[in-house]
Amino acid sequence: MTRSTHVKGRQTSPKEEIWSRPYAALLIIIGGLILLAVGLAFSVAKGSRSIPLDVVWQALIHFNPSNQEHQIIWELRLPRAIAGALVGASFAVAGALMQGMTRNPLADPGLLGINAGAGFVLAICFAFFPGLSFNQLIMFSFLGAALSVVLVYGIGSLSRGGLTPVRLALAGSAVAAMLVALSEGIALYFRISQDLAFWYAGGVAGVTWNQVNILWPWITAALIGALLLSRSITILSLGDDVASGLGQRTALVRLGAVLVVMVLAGASVSTVGAIGFIGLMIPHAARALVGVDYKWLIPTSAILGALLLVFADTFGRLLNPPTEQPVSALIALIGVPYFFYVIRKKVGDNL
Amino acid sequence: MNQLIFSRKRTVRTIITLVVLAVVAFIVLLLSMNTGFTKMSPLEVLRTLFGGGTARDELILFQFRLPRIVIALLVGMGLAVAGAILQGVSRNALADPGILGINSGAGLAVVLFVVTNPMRESASPMLLPVLALIGAFAAATGIYLMAYKKNKGISSSRLVLSGIAMAAGINALMIVLTLQLDPNEFNFIATWQAGSIWGSSWKFVIALLPWIIVLLPAALWKARQMDVFSLGDDTATGLGSFLNRQRLLLLVIAVALSAACVAVSGGIGFIGLLGPHIARRLVGPRYEHVIPVSALIGAVLLLVADMVGRTLMENSEIPAGVMVAIIGGPYFLYLLARSRA
Repeated sequence: MTRSTHVKGRQTSPKEEIWSRPYAALLIIIGGLILLAVGLAFSVAKGSRSIPLDVVWQALIHFNPSNQEHQIIWELRLPRAIAGALVGASFAVAGALMQGMTRNPLADPGLLGINAGAGFVLAICFAFFPGLSFNQLIMFSFLGAALSVVLVYGIGSLSRGGLTPVRLALAGSAVAAMLVALSEGIALYFRISQDLAFWYAGGVAGVTWNQVNILWPWITAALIGALLLSRSITILSLGDDVASGLGQRTALVRLGAVLVVMVLAGASVSTVGAIGFIGLMIPHAARALVGVDYKWLIPTSAILGALLLVFADTFGRLLNPPTEQPVSALIALIGVPYFFYVIRKKVGDNL
Repeated sequence: MNQLIFSRKRTVRTIITLVVLAVVAFIVLLLSMNTGFTKMSPLEVLRTLFGGGTARDELILFQFRLPRIVIALLVGMGLAVAGAILQGVSRNALADPGILGINSGAGLAVVLFVVTNPMRESASPMLLPVLALIGAFAAATGIYLMAYKKNKGISSSRLVLSGIAMAAGINALMIVLTLQLDPNEFNFIATWQAGSIWGSSWKFVIALLPWIIVLLPAALWKARQMDVFSLGDDTATGLGSFLNRQRLLLLVIAVALSAACVAVSGGIGFIGLLGPHIARRLVGPRYEHVIPVSALIGAVLLLVADMVGRTLMENSEIPAGVMVAIIGGPYFLYLLARSRA
């Protein structure tokens, strides 16, 4: 069989290939941060019970424990909004890193089975050690994410011809299918399937401060790690030959990037479940906006990812109150058509 | 001349393989009748089969075990053949109705039915395959359209990737739908999705049988076409086969087969992958040989998976789909690592 897929790319020198728009990126980052603040405020104010913005402000600066609205804001909505922003940024950056590292437009933590890996380990935890604290769950989630990464990339590196988009997607979906089947088996046997499904459906609804407090140091550290790696990833994204020609220790960079992805995806999945497609869509959109220099691509992706998840979550709450629509489904609603678009655009015809 | 001898050798080899597989299937079938929640000795089974058993034994064997065994056989055949066709059409050795999202489409239709229709017991056995068929065809049409480009036709990599996208989307939708169910219905759907052969009564056998009887011979009849496909599109067009129309017809057969199977057995993945691959190992790459052999292998595999799943744990069942995934997943990854494209 011939190598059936190729990613379009012009034959240009490295320098020409790293095009970027720093001003556009700065604009998006600053504008995005402002928009994110608006989105967070909106997310905290809206819900099955609408709270005026000045009360939100009051609750933030002078918290009054006897005021019920203040309590809703602090205990329910604020952790949820913050977790949404953190997780959205994580998934997006994880996707960007993976796409850069593999030079593959379809790399995404959901598609590559990383979310499923974390989910599998969590199913084991729910079944065998039901009393685990969130702190411990996160650790196990990292392990699960690592398991998938090792499986998918191990297969990729073992095979002749390297990681083509089709091979990567197939390996990812096979690993995901296998791990999901195992999780289902465990869940059915221990009668925890609906609990697990609620978790798996992906939602920021039940997030508590306790979780946010554990979550944010991990995610912040990983995001900083991603920024530090951004230069090397840019070079790596030009191809292994170019990267090693420029004196880069590619194995080291890959290892660093994989660790960052593991933390980002693992921490996010353990908190909100498997939300797919953010890691696919956002880096693509960001690349079109600010170019292929990861120095700008990573912060832009983070901001856009956070925006997407916060707004999708708010929208899901407002669509049909008081019931909530799972945010993962809303994002899949945009994500699947986007995926189709990427396939049509980037995958060759070979006919 | 040489060619002829070669091909005759192949045919003999295929026939021998088929006979051996049939014997294996028969042995597994006997074993399968002996195992289960209630222990029955082989002697009791034989006596019951020939009409001399107690009423209780007859009930267990004829009303519970046999229909389930027959369904496992039929579904195994159907899924394996569907997988073989998909692999031939997409020229990707790793295509499988589960991975391509066709099973998800069928599943979605069934879940929608259960969500909107609480009276499912009365109507379902005959209705389920039809519903699954509608869902599977909707998904397959979507995948086909996404992979199709004007003037360029279908590309196999776009086909595979579109299928993966479709599966991911439908699975997300399915989760939303199932969350609204009450715990009992949820368990029904969860068990079904995990690929448990739950429709263990003759009604389901009757619902499934016509599909298999029509579609399996159709697949065999079209098998030669696929050998032309596997030469590559340029050669195939040069040989004058109406490429896209044939491909479409084969796709329809594969989709219908997997939909009918999924309706009864739920999301059993990897059979469509394992069956044809093992078959190719045994009888070579030609589809007229691969299809019948992979049908039998699929049947044996699913029967074994169901039997092991039923007996492994003392008082609980592991869905056959999970058992298959435990074996099939690693094998798939192994194949992927060895494949060239």
